[in-house]
Amino acid sequence: MQIARETLLRSYRAMRTIRDFEERLHVEFATGEIPGFVHLYCGEEASGVGVCANLTDNDTISSTHRGHGHCIAKGVEVSGMMAEIYGKSTGVCRGKGGSMHIADLSRGMLGANGIVGGGPPLMCGAALSHKTLKDGGVAVAFYGDGASNEGSTLESLNLATVWKLPVVFVVEDNGYGEATGSSFAVAGTQKARAEGFGMPYMECDGSDFFAVYQTAGEAIAHARAGNGPVMLHVHLARWYGHFEGDAMTYRAAGEVAEAKRDHDCLELFRKKVTEAGLLEHSDLDAIDEAVRDEIESSVIAAKAAPLPGPADLLADVYVRY
Amino acid sequence: MSKKSFRQAINEAMRLEMRRDPRVIIMGEDVAGGQGGSSGVVDAWGGVLGVTKGLYTEFGPERVLDTPITEASYIGAAAGAAATGLRPVAELMFVDFVGCCLDQIMNQAAKFRYMFGGKARTPLVIRAMFGAGFNAAAQHSQALYPLFTHIPGLKVVIPSSPYEAKGLLIEAIRDDDPVIFLEHKVMYDDEEEVPDEAYTIPFGEANLTREGDDVTIVAFGRMVKLANEAADKLERQGISCTVIDPRTTSPLDRDTILDCVADTGRLVIVDESSPRCNMAADISALVAEEAFDALKAPIRRVIPPHTPVPFASVLESLYLPDAAKIEAAVKAVMNHKVTEAA
Repeated sequence: MQIARETLLRSYRAMRTIRDFEERLHVEFATGEIPGFVHLYCGEEASGVGVCANLTDNDTISSTHRGHGHCIAKGVEVSGMMAEIYGKSTGVCRGKGGSMHIADLSRGMLGANGIVGGGPPLMCGAALSHKTLKDGGVAVAFYGDGASNEGSTLESLNLATVWKLPVVFVVEDNGYGEATGSSFAVAGTQKARAEGFGMPYMECDGSDFFAVYQTAGEAIAHARAGNGPVMLHVHLARWYGHFEGDAMTYRAAGEVAEAKRDHDCLELFRKKVTEAGLLEHSDLDAIDEAVRDEIESSVIAAKAAPLPGPADLLADVYVRY
Repeated sequence: MSKKSFRQAINEAMRLEMRRDPRVIIMGEDVAGGQGGSSGVVDAWGGVLGVTKGLYTEFGPERVLDTPITEASYIGAAAGAAATGLRPVAELMFVDFVGCCLDQIMNQAAKFRYMFGGKARTPLVIRAMFGAGFNAAAQHSQALYPLFTHIPGLKVVIPSSPYEAKGLLIEAIRDDDPVIFLEHKVMYDDEEEVPDEAYTIPFGEANLTREGDDVTIVAFGRMVKLANEAADKLERQGISCTVIDPRTTSPLDRDTILDCVADTGRLVIVDESSPRCNMAADISALVAEEAFDALKAPIRRVIPPHTPVPFASVLESLYLPDAAKIEAAVKAVMNHKVTEAA
């Protein structure tokens, strides 16, 4: 597989940014300074980044409650995200959305989403816009194994096929819908579901950036060429709880440790590119350092940023009312 | 100008806007009708009530999209399309079906702009028929506009005649916020003179269908006609009424209601929706708070009982407001005797 050096560097940087962003939130959330709910994407970085490395700002994605990774992968600005999570007026949603509603339409990011199964119907609509306006764009719906059972998701698989929409359904299967295992909650298989709706099914190891990048590239090319929707099933492990503060008493001892030891997408990436001579350790170390600084300054800026004011409460309910 | 039915006026509004703006698309169950059928005839229905008839033939399958019977996915798709460059008009058929897709309206379309810090525009229109009077029973007769009015981010329109329907729907399609456009199903064959060209009626500006000195009647949708029937009869008995058609429940023209109550001192509200937390309750609270001193009598509400809509004609008639009930309510507020506190 040929991947441009620039793409490798950019993708590693995005994955490292997600990892550090989330690890830092894990620490900061415990101090009590971050309001609301936070759901971390650690361990799943290669999925969002591998898929979005095949997209441009002209393409649209929807995300989930676990949305920080998709936002960063789609190019949403990190300091604006951090400020948003702190509920500050400098946030990307001016402090009115928070962790679960980060969006940036200028980047084709139609929102993290607090409703499980909220995104797939929206991506049918975004795909309809791309198709009708003939702008060459595709829509990607990221959702979990939990959302794969929602009626809205299953309806969307049907609608996308009926309308032959340029949409890719990315099932990020981390084995748990909240605290309940997918072996309990998901009947049949994702493959059989895709085939049942008459769409191609692809799957890949979500800890392997290269596998995700290549498979997603094929899926997105299929949709972009006007051949209709595709399902991409990505196998992952979630490193933290459903939400921050979840003690994960439902997970077997050693499960997370094993995922971190054997399936760390950043370590696997580093090993592969350095052994193949595509990048030097020093290239990656420089990125690690730059990201560390970026996250640090984003936290400092977020903490110092002004809170929203009373006028913000009433602003932007409507375009005009 | 020519006589047009409520159905034709709505159809014409969509047709004119689709000619004017290529981003306007139509979607819904059977909006063309006949796709995939054995006869090969498409545009067979134009929606179950024929409101979209002919649009498929004029604009083709890329702009008039039949959907499967899957409200969550296509209403959600309409929201997603609206946020990404199209101006969809989605038909929900019966408003009662909102139970199948409320998340996409309430948690997605209505909230994008606020949640995203003012960065989204969602120019979406959802059309649906509502109301009792056709023996359609509990799951096909509700007047659910209070449900939508309750949700910040939505605008809610209830046209009361063919002329109103055309102007308000064109306004809705040109509006950049999500609009719920509710058509009373008993009114589709009502006719009146309607201009042939496009025109708009602004939201949040009530229409006074008549002006009088004694009692203010606020009514919505089909109830506006019934209120005027009652007012005609009362006029002959020496009681003169103002009848207000607010046209939209969100935004609501509070000023016109308060001004009229200040003038007449008496208020009757006619609301076909279930009585708890409906528009009659909402306007009663407004007037009690803002115009208490102007009132010469308690506010009267002409409203259905707190029951599902019944099937049998005799029960459905008992359930619904009608001209006689409005007349009785007006007489009751006229006959109210103020007792001085001791």
